[in-house]
Parts: sequence; C-alpha cells; structure tokens
Amino acid sequence: MCGIAGYFELGSPTPPDKDLVRRMVGSIRHRGPDEFGAFFDNRCALGHARLSIIDLAGGSQPLSNEDGSLWITYNGEIYNYLELRKELEASHHYFRTRSDTEVIVHAFEEWGAKCLDRFNGQFAFAIYDSRDGSLFLARDRLGIRPLFYTQHGGRFYFGSEIKALFAEPSILRQIDLKGLDETFTWWTTAPPRTAFMGINELPAASYLKIQNGKYNTKSYWDLEYPETYNRQRSAASWAEELHELLVDSVRLRLRADVPVGAYLSGGLDSSATTSLIRHFTDTRVETFSIAFHDKAYDESKYQQQMSDYLGTRHHQIKCSYRDIAEVFPAVIRHAERPILRTAPAPLYLLSKLVRDHEFKVVLTGEGSDEMLGGYDIFKETLIRRFWARNPDSAWRPLLLKRLYPTLPLSAARARFYLETFYKAGLEQIDEFHFSHIPRINTTSKVKDYFTKDVQAELTDYDPLKAFKRDLPNQFYSWHHLARAQYLEAKSLLAGYILSSQGDRMGSAHAVEGRFPFLDHRIAEFATTVPPLYKIHGLNEKFVLKKAMARELPPEITKRVKQPYMAPDSNSFVQEDSPQYVSEMLSEESLVKTGLFNPLFVQKLRDKCSRLSHAHLSFKDNMSFLGVLSTQLLVDQFINNPPEVNIIDRKKFKVWHDQSIEAAEQHRG
Amino acid sequence: MDTRTELREFIVDNFMMGTDPNELSDSGSLLDLGIIDSTGVLELVGFLEEKYSIKVEDSDLVPENLDSIDNLTKYIQGKKS
Repeated sequence: MCGIAGYFELGSPTPPDKDLVRRMVGSIRHRGPDEFGAFFDNRCALGHARLSIIDLAGGSQPLSNEDGSLWITYNGEIYNYLELRKELEASHHYFRTRSDTEVIVHAFEEWGAKCLDRFNGQFAFAIYDSRDGSLFLARDRLGIRPLFYTQHGGRFYFGSEIKALFAEPSILRQIDLKGLDETFTWWTTAPPRTAFMGINELPAASYLKIQNGKYNTKSYWDLEYPETYNRQRSAASWAEELHELLVDSVRLRLRADVPVGAYLSGGLDSSATTSLIRHFTDTRVETFSIAFHDKAYDESKYQQQMSDYLGTRHHQIKCSYRDIAEVFPAVIRHAERPILRTAPAPLYLLSKLVRDHEFKVVLTGEGSDEMLGGYDIFKETLIRRFWARNPDSAWRPLLLKRLYPTLPLSAARARFYLETFYKAGLEQIDEFHFSHIPRINTTSKVKDYFTKDVQAELTDYDPLKAFKRDLPNQFYSWHHLARAQYLEAKSLLAGYILSSQGDRMGSAHAVEGRFPFLDHRIAEFATTVPPLYKIHGLNEKFVLKKAMARELPPEITKRVKQPYMAPDSNSFVQEDSPQYVSEMLSEESLVKTGLFNPLFVQKLRDKCSRLSHAHLSFKDNMSFLGVLSTQLLVDQFINNPPEVNIIDRKKFKVWHDQSIEAAEQHRG
Repeated sequence: MDTRTELREFIVDNFMMGTDPNELSDSGSLLDLGIIDSTGVLELVGFLEEKYSIKVEDSDLVPENLDSIDNLTKYIQGKKS
C-alpha cells in the first residue's frame, strides 16, 4: 500500500506549488508512512507516500526511466514483475532497482497503454511523459486500488483518496445528491460519480490520458461471460484447473520482502487461501481474526478450528458494540462515502492488530463470492426466476426456506416472511437488475428519510440508469446468474467490499490486502465455469469446495455459509454509546446538514433504542447507518474538516525539480 | 384507547418512521404500500401476541388478517371475542 497524489497544469506552464503537494501527500500519509517523495516541473507535480514492501532500499518514488523522461508515482503491486522484467531486459531496457515500480515505467515505454494487459496485480498509478507533456493514469482491472481526480482552476488534480484533492482549499466541498441517491440504491455510486460534487473516481479497468489540455478515459478490460458453456467438461476438471490457478495466484501474492499474514474469517474463502499458503509455500503463517461479543455474529469457533488444523500462530480481536461505535467516525473519514453497514469497523480494528504485530501485508478471501457464486443474492435469483415462471405456484416459493435453514421460524411463518420479501419485482424478470430488486427495495428505504427538498431535487433522477448505462452490449444474452454476478462485481465488489471494507480499512493502518481470488486469470476462468458448477442445486461455490476438498476439513466445506456482518444500529444505542451519536442525529445537526427529516430520524432512533438488544430488520438498520454515516461524512469533510498534517520539508525527498523556480534559484 | 387507535399508533411508530402518518388510511394495504415488509410482519405478530395476549396461529398469517388497519382490527376483535 502506498498513497499517490499530484496535479497537472492544463494551461500554460506554471511554477510548482510544492507546499500544496506536501499537503496532498500529508493528507494520505497513513497509506505509506515509510517515505515521502515528489517530482516537480512546470507542468506536473507527482507526490508519493511509501509503504516499503519490495526492494526496501531501492524502491523509493517517484521514480524515472533511464533518461529521466518518464516519471511514475504508483500504489500497488505487479505480481508478475520478475517475469516482465526478464522480457524487458531482453528488449534492452536497463534497470537500476529491484522494484516492480521500475518494471511499470519500462513496460509503459515499451508497450504504451497496452502494458496494462500484461500486468497481473492491483494498482493505481500516474506516469508523466515530459517529452510529449502528457499524463497517463491507470487502475487495476477490478478496482482494488483507488484513484480519484477533479478538474479545478486550470489544473487536473489526482490522488489515492478524496482528501488529497481537498488539500487544495479552493476545491468545492459539497455533497452530490445524485451520489447519495445511487448509494442508497446500490450501496455505491456508479463511477466516475462519488459522494462529492465534481470529484470523480477513475473506474476500475480504465486509464485516463491528458494531453494538450484535454483528457479522456478508456476501459481496457471487462468481465465477459460466454453465451453458451462447455457442458462436456466434468466438474472434477473445472475444479482441478481452479486449484492450479489458485496455487499460482497465492504463490505470486507472497512475493514481498516483508512477512505476509492472512485474515481468517472462519468461512470457506479465507480458509482456502490460508490453507494454500500452508500447503504450497514455505511461508510461516500467522493468522488474524475478528470475534464478536454478540454471539449472533461471532465465528471464532471456526476460526480457531482452522488455525488449529493448519497450525498457524493466531491473533484475534474481540469487538463490542462500543468498540464499533468508537471507531465509526474514523471509518467514515477513511471510507469517504456513506455506508449502510458497520462491517468495515471491525476490519479497521483488525488492520490495527495486524500492524501492531508488525505485518504490512495480509492475504484475504475477498472476491470468491462474486467470481464463484457465493452470495445468497445469486441463489435467490435462481429461485425467484423459477418462481416467476409460475407465480401462482404454491410450492415453488418453498425453496426459499431452504436458503435459510437456520431461520428460527415455523415453516408457515418463514414462508410468509420470505414470500413478502422476495416476491418483489417478480414480474420484472427481464429487467437488467432483476437479481438485485429485493436488495434495492430494502436499501432504498433510506431515501424515505430525505427532506422534502432533497426528494424534490431528485424527482427526475433515476439511480438505476447509472449502472444500466455502462452495461456491455452482450449483457442480455448472458445466463441470469452471469448477469447477477456482473452487476455485483461492478457495484458491491468495487464500490463497497474492495473500497470501504478493503483498501480503506487496511490503508488506515498502512496494511496492504492481497486477494488471490481476484487474480484476473481466476476472474476470467470463473466466467467460463457453467452456472451449474457454481451453484449446484442450492450448494454455493460448488467448484471451489470440490477444488479444496483435499486441503480443507469437511467442517469448513460443509458449513452453512454465514455472511460476514457486524452489529449495526445496536452498536450506537447503548447507555454507554459515544456522545457524537446524539450530536450527529440531533435536530440542530440534521437541520444544518439539510439532508434528512429530523422528525423521521428521531422516530427511527427511538425505535432502535427501544430494541437496543434485539435484532432489527435490515431496512431499519440500513436506514440508521445511512443517516448516521452521511451526517459524519458531512461533518468531517464539509462542516468541520480536520487540519491537514503537512509533510515536514526535511522528510520530503524531492527527486527531481526542473521548475522555473529551481532554474531561477540556480541562476541566483 | 381503542384497538384501532392502538394498532395505528404501533404501525406509525414502528414502520412509518420515514413517512407522513396521514398518508395511511385504515383500509390501505400495508404490504403493497411498502409499510410492512418481511421482517415487519414478524415484529407485528410479536406485538399482537404480547399486547392482546393471543396466539397468532400459522394459518392466520394471511393478508386477510394482517394487511390493513381495518383487517387487523377485525382480526383482533375476532380473536378476543
């Protein structure tokens, strides 16, 4: 993990604003506290905050090619850098360091934007070409590492986090209501939109090139599902290939000059990655887990079981309601968007635990559910489609009961419960978002709490179209499971799991997550696996369970899947809950923000307080979290932003300074 | 307070936090209007059983009994009588 930031003059060359770059880098120093550096000329300024992982001595940034004409600032990892380096050396590129950073520079020199097709990794970077005065920014295929930008006052600004852009005080800080509308529909905005007006996110698998005062964005990769599947191939054969790919993916992700740890949730995916480290590499494994005081969320029994089975050195944090509430403002400061669950908060605490044990890198199981069909939403989609073909059927909806074998309800009650929820949108079977209708309906309840003014402002805005707009042409010819998976990868995975639960919670404590399931070779392979082998009957991730049968105990592969969640509104309505909760939800604060109806919010809070130890509905929990997180976002980014912690001049290494100012100083 | 008023108050306080209570008529469908969803039904049943000391049978879980303030009032009166 590192942080990148900088700007590019869209008009005529101007002496660089070095203090601004020290502020930009200072605002994201948590991402890379080991070193700070910069490059300046009269067109471009590149800043970098480094977390040293590969080539500890030689990998400082920004870094250039042989003749100093190309300069890069980069966050991430190119796992196949050793192989690419060999290829580039054969083409007479000369290397000065052992770093993967330098491989990108030479790859860009050799192949231009096509270099992106060759990278296996997670990255966001900017390369300045001083010969033709252009800037090239790019992001990895699935959106693991973040990159934001904005245009303001004749300059193009970019940074790993939005707060780096806000280090320029004249940039407008205002909530984008359409961004809220999208978030309270899909759990995320549709890139390039963010929660802030005028601030853009470079979409995953895209690059942006600026030249001659203009810039445009291009996509270089996408998940492409086939129209028909290879039905001749056996399940065993698919499983074998998946196993091979996973072993290689894990091996590549252990390339680091520092020790690598692993998250262990107790579920199938992180058990699989940890087990592969143990069985196929020489790495001594230390594992890290979250436990909860509230038993409904706690999986520590399975975590311990897995740790014992693999013989790992295990570390654990145990979260209480109060722990979650206490760090929640910091979680929002890092996430930089409203969130509808507290699930990121324990991950924030977990990355601190990892850092306290002096680990900088962890392998985790993210991405498996999206690529291999693990989420309930996929099974629900199959059942709802089956049901929609005969809506009056008495027995078809009974299948829903099988989704939730642990639901403590009698058969008739469970049926009523599930039917009312899942029959939503049954007639919209041909709509692109059919799979997501029940979730969208529940999430959208947050919008009931908007003030009349906000609702009026959004009357003509359709947040569904934000994702419909960018669908590939072939989308409607895909299997309905593939459609659901694609939407999930574009919305929840990129905009919430990898950002609010992933990059941001790790980077808050300078911990880099690595995701073996998100190796693009596995993502591409997974698109070709027939739906039948992803969800077999109603058995999710069938092919993965088969692939891992030799290395995992049956208790883990046969376990009923428990989605990772943390206590939501319960965390904020206890007697010892922090004071800020009352302040953020007070009438005064709500009126000042002007987004939510104070009376409605008060009623919601009353209900949550009445049921402070009961399990509330998703709808009420999401509404509570949506309102509270938005209030915290406005407070910390607009009303009371913290002072930027500028990088000290002595610690700021300027690698190159070919600016007018430097030239004048030289003459003087 | 009569049953109808009690039921209305419970529904307004628990399911209509984000809506204007005047928008709900006594005959309005709680499911179709999106006021009560799947988990809401469970909360409602819990309330009925506790408040009126009745047992809501599985076979009672049909819209004719639960889907509007009118239907709920009739259902409770029937159970109590």
